[in-house]
Amino acid sequence: MDTILQVSNLGKTYLGAGRTLTVLSGISFSVEAGTTLAVVGPSGSGKTTLLGLCAGLDRSSSGSVELNHILLDALSEDERARVRNLYVGFIFQNFQLLNTLTALENVMVPLELRGEKNIRARALDLLGQVGLSARVHHYPAQLSGGEQQRVSLARAFSTSPKILFADEPTGNLDAETSEMVTGLLFDLNRRAGTTLVIVTHNRELAERTDRIIGLKGGVIISDTPGGAAS
Amino acid sequence: MAWRDSRRNRSRLALFISSIILGIAALVATFSFSYNLQRDVNDQAKTMVGADLVVEASGAVSPQIQPLLDSVGRDRSKERSFASMIYFVRSKSTRLIQVRALEGNYPYYGSLETTPAAAARTFRTGRYALVDKTLMLQYGAKVGDSVRIGTLGFAISGTLNKAPGRNEISLTVAPPVYIPLRYLAESGLLQKGSRVSTQYYYKMDSLTSAEQVLTAIEPRLQKAGLEYETVETRKKRTGRSFDDFSQFLTLIGFIALLLGSIGVASAIHIYIREKIGPIAILRCLGVKAWQAFVIYLIQILGIGLVGSVAGAALGTLIQQLLPLVLKDFLPFQATVSLSWKAVFQGVLLGLTISMLFALLPLVSVRKISPLNTLRLSYEATSMLGDPLKWLLYILLLSSILAFSGWQMHSLTKALVFTGSVLLALGLLAAAARTMMWLTRKFFPFSWNYLLRQGFANLYRPNNQTVVLIITIGLGVAFIGTLYFVQDMLISRLSVTASGNQANMILFDIQSSQVDGLAGLTQKSGLPVLQKVPIVTMRIEEINGKKAGYGQREKGDSVPNRAFESELRVTYRDSLSATEKIISGRLHGPVRSPADTVFISMEEGYARRLHVKTGDRIVFNVQGLLLPTVIGSLRQVSWRQVGTNFRVTFPGGVLESAPQFYVLITRVESSEESARFQQSVIARFPNVSIIDMRLVLSVLDDILSKIGFVIRFMAGFSIVTGLVVLIASVLISKYQRMQESVLLRTLGASRRQILAINALEYFFLGSLAAATGLLLAIGASWALAKYSFDSPLSVSVIPVIILFLSIVLVTMTIGLLNSREVLSQTPLEILRKEV
Ligand SMILES: Nc1ncnc2c1ncn2[C@@H]1O[C@H](COP(=O)(O)OP(=O)(O)O)[C@@H](O)[C@H]1O
Ligand SMILES: [Mg+2]
Repeated sequence: MDTILQVSNLGKTYLGAGRTLTVLSGISFSVEAGTTLAVVGPSGSGKTTLLGLCAGLDRSSSGSVELNHILLDALSEDERARVRNLYVGFIFQNFQLLNTLTALENVMVPLELRGEKNIRARALDLLGQVGLSARVHHYPAQLSGGEQQRVSLARAFSTSPKILFADEPTGNLDAETSEMVTGLLFDLNRRAGTTLVIVTHNRELAERTDRIIGLKGGVIISDTPGGAAS
Repeated sequence: MAWRDSRRNRSRLALFISSIILGIAALVATFSFSYNLQRDVNDQAKTMVGADLVVEASGAVSPQIQPLLDSVGRDRSKERSFASMIYFVRSKSTRLIQVRALEGNYPYYGSLETTPAAAARTFRTGRYALVDKTLMLQYGAKVGDSVRIGTLGFAISGTLNKAPGRNEISLTVAPPVYIPLRYLAESGLLQKGSRVSTQYYYKMDSLTSAEQVLTAIEPRLQKAGLEYETVETRKKRTGRSFDDFSQFLTLIGFIALLLGSIGVASAIHIYIREKIGPIAILRCLGVKAWQAFVIYLIQILGIGLVGSVAGAALGTLIQQLLPLVLKDFLPFQATVSLSWKAVFQGVLLGLTISMLFALLPLVSVRKISPLNTLRLSYEATSMLGDPLKWLLYILLLSSILAFSGWQMHSLTKALVFTGSVLLALGLLAAAARTMMWLTRKFFPFSWNYLLRQGFANLYRPNNQTVVLIITIGLGVAFIGTLYFVQDMLISRLSVTASGNQANMILFDIQSSQVDGLAGLTQKSGLPVLQKVPIVTMRIEEINGKKAGYGQREKGDSVPNRAFESELRVTYRDSLSATEKIISGRLHGPVRSPADTVFISMEEGYARRLHVKTGDRIVFNVQGLLLPTVIGSLRQVSWRQVGTNFRVTFPGGVLESAPQFYVLITRVESSEESARFQQSVIARFPNVSIIDMRLVLSVLDDILSKIGFVIRFMAGFSIVTGLVVLIASVLISKYQRMQESVLLRTLGASRRQILAINALEYFFLGSLAAATGLLLAIGASWALAKYSFDSPLSVSVIPVIILFLSIVLVTMTIGLLNSREVLSQTPLEILRKEV
């Protein structure tokens, strides 16, 4: 099997006023293409920091991250943006839609940034798959939290990414909506065969993945198969 | 508490308030300017008039009044002035001047400023002339040189730097030259029909005031059609003429203040929205609604005061510049000093207006409930139904009304002004929305995502797009309108400088000289374009009513000034190419003395006199009463140099009256002009010549100077708009950062984000500039059609330049401020809390 994400001896230190704060140290793991992975841990344990490093949103202090066989640490800010655009999808706790664009336009943004043409049909199809065919021309402000997260799901899958990062995707949603969004996430993921990395402290959600990595105080304390592991 | 709360936001609040600084500065500058002006006029009125009483006759003085004129005052001087040509012997050049033949000790106050100083007195002792300094410069003349005026030679005894009470501009076409009055008769310049005016200058003895004397003789002066002036009337008149101007500047400054205040209101609206959370928490902690309101009120008041004081300081500085620009228009020395009254008024006005605007969004603070800690919905709390808001709107309108009423001394004008401001703002807002809608609808956004995103950014929540388009747009509209109108006036005038239009006017030609002069013109290879006889007369009676205040009855519609001015009239039996009959018909020549004399009158003049065809007018033709009936009204296009007349007579009436001729020709070059003028003066020394090209360049100069002042003030509204833009860019910085970080996360390159930002400002600048320009074109068109009666042709290049500069400035401001936005690392996106 192909390794899509290779993290080796990763560390991150923040230089605060006078003293240094080590948030992550000695993190190593690899993720095979097409699998699902959950990163769990208490608040402040470094989950978001790790995700940011894996997705090339931040630079590490030590170690390396290889995404789709590309060494991220060596790339410039713009080159990393290009890598993200080509291979990575994102889902955020707070949805992160552009509120000046309609649902449809939001879904089209990553493809537009690539300069692709004739993307409307694909975006409409994805919005249909998340059950928002009737709301394509609505602005984020006109949508509920669950609906906004579904738009962001459609956006994440619009570029057919190789790997999808989700940071607390249901953190801002009520239980019922969480259930529905999670269902859609795993559904779309299975159909597209995308690699999925979820950061969550929701046990139930974590149990639906192949593998669960436990994080505490910036180090890996456990690495166990999840409920979906065969 | 208020101070503590403002700690983190002080700089941001200061930024909001900075939008009003320029408006206040403009107001303080004009206030100070006009207060200083008033003081200068009061201080200098005496030296401006130069005497206690001046009586002016614009023509021959009737023998009945002469004894009176010769008996008033303790000392008197007499001056006869008229246009004539001067000939500089050494440089062999000629030029139109205003001859002032003076007798007596005038001026009694102030002096003729001359170089050498003694020349002001000594020129009266012999055949000497004082020549205006611009002429001396222009012709390289020196004291001691000879000049010829009429048939007489004079030695230049000094350079005239300044004469009492005359402003510079009116003298540029015909600069003054003083000579002693006793040589006038010999010069051969005073021939029948010459347009000579006579000034009688009086100095009273210390016991009688000019006002007392005037009260006694006023009715007789009026009856004789003489004009008169005392130091007091001069104060009023000068004050009034500058009142209009400073009123105009004040209103422009006021509009800048209004624009700034709208910016403040809009910024505070956004500020309060962001503050809902903290305010709701305060409310949870037991702070009462009105207390929360007062906390923010004090913050804004404090910073408003700082802004106003800063504006006043800036205004006081700017005030130093106005007299420099305006000095050519001022018939006196303008002084500059700090006017506390102006500063106080400016600060008070700025504070009032901006606070009223700021209160509009601020009153919503009272409606924020502790519940807002759980739910941020603001829409539900901001209600138009708030009676306090309505009160504020009413207060605002009445303070605009009060201010304009105070400035214009008239409720009607104030209502019109307030109405127009509302209308203009409404129009701008509507135009702004329409432009945005049209752009959204018809712009080919499908071409490019970056374009679409840039445009969509204008609609981000809490955007100030419409406010920005209004503030910048109004500034552009101002400047555009001024420019177009000025351009129209100049191009209208300069039609004369091109094609086969006449550009030289010869006047004061005697009947006996007219054929000889026409022959000389043709011999010089120049065309005689027109050769028109002119008879001067005065209106004696209109429909049986005579001049005089005593006889004015209630409901009497004939304005008194109709009788005051001297009319120059011609006679002919056909229309000129620029005329059209719009009512009645042209009657042929009068055959017998018993026939009715049907005259033709220019329609605008008829409107001013409140007369129509069929009305009876009696003219006084140099003592002879001549009854006539208005036979027709003519429309005259004044757009060509030529002889246009308010009144024309038919042939057969005026042929034997005292008259002079005007001859019009066209010269092709300055050399030709100079050569022709010399040969005319050599043979006909009493004839005066105006080269229209010279007049045009003078007018051009005047217009551009006035235009500069107005543009300077209008610039305030544009800059205010830009300050509002800066504030708005900074306010929305956080939002912009989020947007660009998200795009970066989704894989946008730096270049793409920069392009989106640049496009956003490009759209904003274009919309504002286009809205402003459209309004400017509309306004200029209306002005052209209804005020100047002339078609508007907008030249494309200045429009493009104005448009591009606004767009460029907008983009520069926007992009300078978004550098920080662009340099955010994408990681921020994960840290953002809701
Ligand atoms: N820019 C920063 N500077 C200093 N410390 C930071 C910064 N960002 C995050 N941290 C610290 O890193 C630690 C891990 O944060 P984070 O990765 O967000 O944890 P989690 O997502 O697991 O809750 C926290 O203690 C946080 O305070
Ligand atoms: Mg986190």
